[in-house]
Amino acid sequence: MTKFLSGLAKGMATTARTMTTHAHTQQYPHVKPELPSRSRGVIALLEENCTSCMLCARECPDWCIYIDSHKETTPPATEGGRARQHNVLDRFAIDFSLCMYCGICIEVCPFDALFWSPEFEYSTTDIRDLLQEKDTLGQWMPTVPPPEPLVPELPETELQQLVVEVEPEDDPAAGRTTERGTGEVPPPGAGEQP
Amino acid sequence: MAGDIVEIVLRAVCVLAAFLVLPLLVGQTEHKVMAHMQGRLGPMEAGGFHGWAQLVADGIKFTQKEDIVPLAADKRVFRIAPALGIVSYLFALAVIPLGPHTVGADVPGSLVWVLAVGGIGTVGTLMAGWGSGNKYSLLGGLRTAAQLVSYELPLILACASFAIAAGSLSLVGIAHAWTPWWLLWQLPGAIVFLVAATAELQRPPFDMPVADSELVMGPYTEYTGLRFALFLLAEYAGIVVMSLLLGVLYLGGWTGPFDHQIGWLWTLLKGAIFAVLIIWIRVAWPRLREDQLQRVAWLGLVPLALLQLAITAIGVVVTSR
Repeated sequence: MTKFLSGLAKGMATTARTMTTHAHTQQYPHVKPELPSRSRGVIALLEENCTSCMLCARECPDWCIYIDSHKETTPPATEGGRARQHNVLDRFAIDFSLCMYCGICIEVCPFDALFWSPEFEYSTTDIRDLLQEKDTLGQWMPTVPPPEPLVPELPETELQQLVVEVEPEDDPAAGRTTERGTGEVPPPGAGEQP
Repeated sequence: MAGDIVEIVLRAVCVLAAFLVLPLLVGQTEHKVMAHMQGRLGPMEAGGFHGWAQLVADGIKFTQKEDIVPLAADKRVFRIAPALGIVSYLFALAVIPLGPHTVGADVPGSLVWVLAVGGIGTVGTLMAGWGSGNKYSLLGGLRTAAQLVSYELPLILACASFAIAAGSLSLVGIAHAWTPWWLLWQLPGAIVFLVAATAELQRPPFDMPVADSELVMGPYTEYTGLRFALFLLAEYAGIVVMSLLLGVLYLGGWTGPFDHQIGWLWTLLKGAIFAVLIIWIRVAWPRLREDQLQRVAWLGLVPLALLQLAITAIGVVVTSR
């Protein structure tokens, strides 16, 4: 009986305490959320870096990237030189109604043309409008945050300690070359010779 | 004669206005209090300032909904049921005094009247449950009947204790006879009244008849639109009636500093305390099982109410000498 009554009292006390503490609700449309810089909101395109290599389109698991390009020939810069060919990007589109935000396209891009942006307010009233062309993808580039520092939020003193710890490693590295005996580095490709 | 009729109409209009406004206030309080007790904010958009117009918006929404009567329902009974549910609390509110003269209708036996018309609501719920032609509704309706019969007894015994202590069956008379000594003397009766009133209103933790995880919405399962809204309004009007009643019976109604000027405010304030308490209980405690619910009524509240009656009788005999 006392356990029953104390349980009832505890319930009342807990609810009263919760009522007097501040609710953590963020009122989203009025207050924008503070998203971490690595949030996967949308994929942005830096068009200048794209070489139309198609790696992203091939690796995309659900084939939601469309790339059209054509080849152009640049005349030789100096007389007697050779004309060079390069790809020109005509169309780059990501269909966000298919995209599953795996980020593989960003991982595989060898030229850093694709980036994660925390931007997420691009819903549409029609699913077909989710096919975003390269101009829209490019407009999201300014929302891409700079990369986070490798050692985040460490006070300066600790950073200095880290530097001190790293410095003595130079000497053992020098010793290692002597251990190898000769100190001579074989020329590259020397081992392949028969 | 004409003046009498004008006065009657005016009083009726005032009671109706209170009947439409006070439940909305209680409902909004419940929205906000419950939300903050659960670490939320509750309605924030409707009307601009902290969602003050949420229940008005809800009402507009309810009027727009289709009024559906099930094919298998007993149609006339089904349609009348919400009106019966709501009219009982309207009748009860008419005799509850806010001040010695601020009362819809000052009748000599107003306590008996309140308890009598309170039973009409039970019939309404039972009609809703049985008339819907739905097994969940029927089960809910029968649970309602069983629950209200069980809790009517301790409620009436608690009220009898207040009446004996005051020597009057009139709510105005009881409030006049109130002394601070009642806070201790009538405490068990007040607890019995509060618990039994919460059960009469079928509010959590006594919401077995509408237990949503078992019976969908109990007797109200088949109701839509305005008729459903009427049942909701009846629930909140019930909180208003029961809270004001307890405020008048146990806390002396308008008694307080400056009660000649702001007596009605004291009554409303005392009623608000109990309304918030009823809301608080809902948030804090889990629902009782059907057998536990009956056990609380017959093994807990009825003996306690009888004990209170004995204490009251002894007190009256001792002090009257």
